[in-house]
Amino acid sequence: MPGALIVVTLIVSGCGGGSGTGAKAVTVKGSDTMVILGQRWAETYMGEHPGTRIQVTGGGSGTGIAALINGGTDICEASRPMKDKEKEQVRSRHGKDVKEIPVALDGVAVYVNESSPIQSLSEPQIKGIYTGKITNWRDLGGKDQKIVAYSRENNSGTYVFFKEHVLGNEDFAREIQTLPGTAAVANAVAKDLASIGYGGIAYATGIRAIAVKRDENSEAVHPSLETVRNGQYPLSRSLFFYTIGEPDGEVKAFVDWVLGPEGQKICEAVGYYPLVRK
Amino acid sequence: MTDVRLPRAGFAGSLSDRLASIVIRGSAFLAILSLVLIFIFIGKEALPILTSQEVQKEASLSTLFFPQPAKPGARPQYMWQPVSEVPKYSVLPLFVSTLKVTVIAVFFAIPLAVAAALYTAEFAHPWVREVVKPAIELLAGIPSVVIGFFCLMVLAGWLQQVFGWTYRLNAVTAGLGLSLAVIPIVYTVAEDAFSSVPQTFREGSLAMGASSWQTAWRVVLPAAMPGVLAACVLGFGRAIGETMIVLMASGNAAILSLSPVDSIRTFSATIAAELGEVVVGSAHYHVLFFLGAALFVLTFLLNLFGHWWVGRLQKKLQGAS
Repeated sequence: MPGALIVVTLIVSGCGGGSGTGAKAVTVKGSDTMVILGQRWAETYMGEHPGTRIQVTGGGSGTGIAALINGGTDICEASRPMKDKEKEQVRSRHGKDVKEIPVALDGVAVYVNESSPIQSLSEPQIKGIYTGKITNWRDLGGKDQKIVAYSRENNSGTYVFFKEHVLGNEDFAREIQTLPGTAAVANAVAKDLASIGYGGIAYATGIRAIAVKRDENSEAVHPSLETVRNGQYPLSRSLFFYTIGEPDGEVKAFVDWVLGPEGQKICEAVGYYPLVRK
Repeated sequence: MTDVRLPRAGFAGSLSDRLASIVIRGSAFLAILSLVLIFIFIGKEALPILTSQEVQKEASLSTLFFPQPAKPGARPQYMWQPVSEVPKYSVLPLFVSTLKVTVIAVFFAIPLAVAAALYTAEFAHPWVREVVKPAIELLAGIPSVVIGFFCLMVLAGWLQQVFGWTYRLNAVTAGLGLSLAVIPIVYTVAEDAFSSVPQTFREGSLAMGASSWQTAWRVVLPAAMPGVLAACVLGFGRAIGETMIVLMASGNAAILSLSPVDSIRTFSATIAAELGEVVVGSAHYHVLFFLGAALFVLTFLLNLFGHWWVGRLQKKLQGAS
């Protein structure tokens, strides 16, 4: 019937609102990089503490921080430090300072296709690729082939980390393709001979993570447990929990457990690095 | 058909009749009401772009529609860089991308779907029809994220191998994926339109000595044209709003170009990728709702136009017969 032709396609993704937190449900929301880690923590913790419910969801660090500001989560997982502007928003909405708790270490790996001859790149070279100044592999010692660069979507903590640390806050070139999730980036790089991508080290299977030099003259360092922990690998970062004010009750118990030996052991099992104990 | 006495609308009949009439009318109005409410909600969230001083500092109509320098002193460009020291929200690359992928999808889907519908309705053996029709309709049941993943992993690779494109993920890859989602919709509606052409039309045509091909092409197709057109409008609407397929298969780079083998970033994919991240009330948030409102208006105008055209065609056909 032509009378019923009105089609509405409405897409609303990831509503961060709602505070339907039950008496004992702790909500954890944020970084996609950390969602596997968070879930593993929650499962193990819930196994040991029946009666506590912990809900872990992803969506990206930005999503988690927005949820924290809007009051939609107890703990925000973030793979980048919160910006001052965001901390200010928490203060003005909730009247409390945000509490930053580093919980694990991670390295951002730069991937190329397995068949690529490229073994290592320097940070300025990677920056050149992603800002559009270097567009051919020939300029980097590879074949005469246009570089196809993949990035994460701009709601990802990995995106922000990369933009700040590698691009020095310059804009990505317009030709850079963005994909939802590190897994999608890894898949795309695995399928594309002339491509380059970046993401968490934990995802690096089926593609090759290249060694990174801080600048032209320094040594090329492969991402590994050792090089991330001792700070030699240039693209490493801390992963954080954020809470509004000091954590208390169930939340505090969970955070303390995560920082304890059991929680830190899980970091390693999932492919991240435990914090360096001082 | 037996003789059925219809109760006059809104009057008399038994209590159950009246109740049923109220329920049916209520649900019809509920659909319209929710539509209006959705539009009011989206419009309200998009409005600060026009009214709020604070939002306009970051995003106003002129920065949305005109090129902007990336840095002070640089050449003005159309750019979509919401997370940046100077956030840039150019709508034009997204608009061109959306149209580009929709046109490509419809270009492949409509001829294929209409031809398939004509075949099953006019030429196919009954048993072929019994197999083909549900099979195509089953395609509509495949979640779009699955189609998107298929495009990302398989289709993009094939196309790149065959055509040697620089970018695996581009408007053609996404458009072909989209056409998989559009085909079942167009097919189903068009097939119904062909099937509801009175048998007497065909008999008359064949009796005049026309071949079955001439009958299908010159008699059945024109008679079913309003329905086929309605199918096309529905397909267009689906293509323009589809999200997951383009998000996964198009590469999402906001490039302003008309080349079909460049990567694209559509309205719907942008909203899906970014809405989860934004702080409620920020300029970025309002810009995303502005995109939503634009998409809504675009679809609405398209349907209105389709409706008007179908009506005109119907009148013409009735006048002719």
